[in-house]
Amino acid sequence: MAKYLLLKHYRGAPAAVNDVPMDQWTPEEVSAHLQYMQDFATRLEGTGEFVDGKALSPEGTFVRYDGEGRPPVTDGPFAETKDLIAGWMVIDVETYERALELAGELSAAPGAGGKPIHEWLEVRPFMVEPPTVTE
Amino acid sequence: MNESLLRELVPAVIGVLVRRGADFAAAEDAVQDALVEAVRVWPEDPPRDPKGWLVTVAWRKFLDAARADVSRRHREARVEDEPAPGPAGAVDDTLQLYFLCAHPSLTPASAVALTLRAVGGLTTRQIAQAYLVPEATMAQRISRAKRTVSGVRLDRPGDVATVLRVLYLVFNEGYSGDVDLAAEAIRLTRRLAARIDHEEVAGLLALMLLHHARRPARTGPDGRLVPLAEQDRGLWDTRLIAEGVEVLQAALGRDRLGEFQAQAAVAALHADAPTAEETDWVQIVEWYDELVRLTGSPVARLNRAVAVGEADGPRAGLAALAGLDPALPRHTAVTAYLHERDGDLATAARLYAEAARTAPSLPERDHLTRQAARLNARLRD
Repeated sequence: MAKYLLLKHYRGAPAAVNDVPMDQWTPEEVSAHLQYMQDFATRLEGTGEFVDGKALSPEGTFVRYDGEGRPPVTDGPFAETKDLIAGWMVIDVETYERALELAGELSAAPGAGGKPIHEWLEVRPFMVEPPTVTE
Repeated sequence: MNESLLRELVPAVIGVLVRRGADFAAAEDAVQDALVEAVRVWPEDPPRDPKGWLVTVAWRKFLDAARADVSRRHREARVEDEPAPGPAGAVDDTLQLYFLCAHPSLTPASAVALTLRAVGGLTTRQIAQAYLVPEATMAQRISRAKRTVSGVRLDRPGDVATVLRVLYLVFNEGYSGDVDLAAEAIRLTRRLAARIDHEEVAGLLALMLLHHARRPARTGPDGRLVPLAEQDRGLWDTRLIAEGVEVLQAALGRDRLGEFQAQAAVAALHADAPTAEETDWVQIVEWYDELVRLTGSPVARLNRAVAVGEADGPRAGLAALAGLDPALPRHTAVTAYLHERDGDLATAARLYAEAARTAPSLPERDHLTRQAARLNARLRD
């Protein structure tokens, strides 16, 4: 098995096909979307492929070290930041092809007009443990 | 209470329940429940006959579950009407479970999970922790696996190669959680070797023992990967090496070579060298020739190229890489190493850095990054 991160971007990914901001949807469409995400996670738990899923608040702060004895410097949030992560799902699947298949299904979550959003999700493999037998 | 003793009993107790008429999935669940109760009760009140105790409690759990399940009413009546079980007969329940849990209809990950639970006697929680997934996810994986093999009869021997692949996966692709999966794989392979007289079972056991023997030397105190040539051989477990060599020699003596015996032979030659410089690379190349002949595996050919580089020089090693797909895992790292041996430090540094970018694991990435950094520093001087 291999673990993959399915990464959902607020910004930074290419534009979705059904690209209407969520606050322009009907309340029912919002509910249907959230239900789809919930059902998707539940179904993956049922297939033994779900590891974790979380959403992130869009408000982020940049922080850096500023020298001995000084408090860290903060900056932002930057409204113009190109890439913004909305959330993720971690799956544990048999093959890379299966990871792509699931990402495709997640991208079909319904949006405006009850139609699939076709949003771009980023699929990233996790680093694995090194094998014992190497020679 | 000795937990490993308790776990030893699990497959045999499942076998008893199955012969009494329980289906495998229900029997396996009932034995898990009995295990939980044993862990609770035995420390205060240890039974005189642990196996008898487990059979009694598991059978009661099975009947309770069957009664609770309304849809199973008819089956329950049938089961309770059945006569008491006769003598165990010639069927080795534990051996049959190895085959069932590695059944070819299962995906590798399902077979691994089911084997660890039904043959290894680990709890779902322990298996989930070992593979870094939530317990609910692992529970589903196991119950799906049980459904997949529900129609398989327990009384036919299967292909031992499928069992060996599963045990090899547990050993080689294990994670480092609370459960020592390498030790667990060795335990399960030892028990299999005690039940079935097969040269490749012995070959796999030898392979595991010989690699496990090096474990204390394989990582530095800071967790970094220590390559074979740089390992402190004084840290190798000589008792495990002696056992591995003995098991391997007995297997090779039967003159039916297989891939695990050939891999174990390579490991034995490394184990036999007092220093890296004294390694018998010529013989190692010969074993890789056998391995390539047996498997045709590109990974075996890649490893063979490393051995050729040591036996006949780096140019010969680079020539041995010809025809291999450069996208093969670790191909770039091997190429970098051979170029360094050949004195082409600039090419080696560039390839080490490239290999680091595509390394599948953190320890390998860090190791390759250090190699690139080391060569770049020398190139600057």
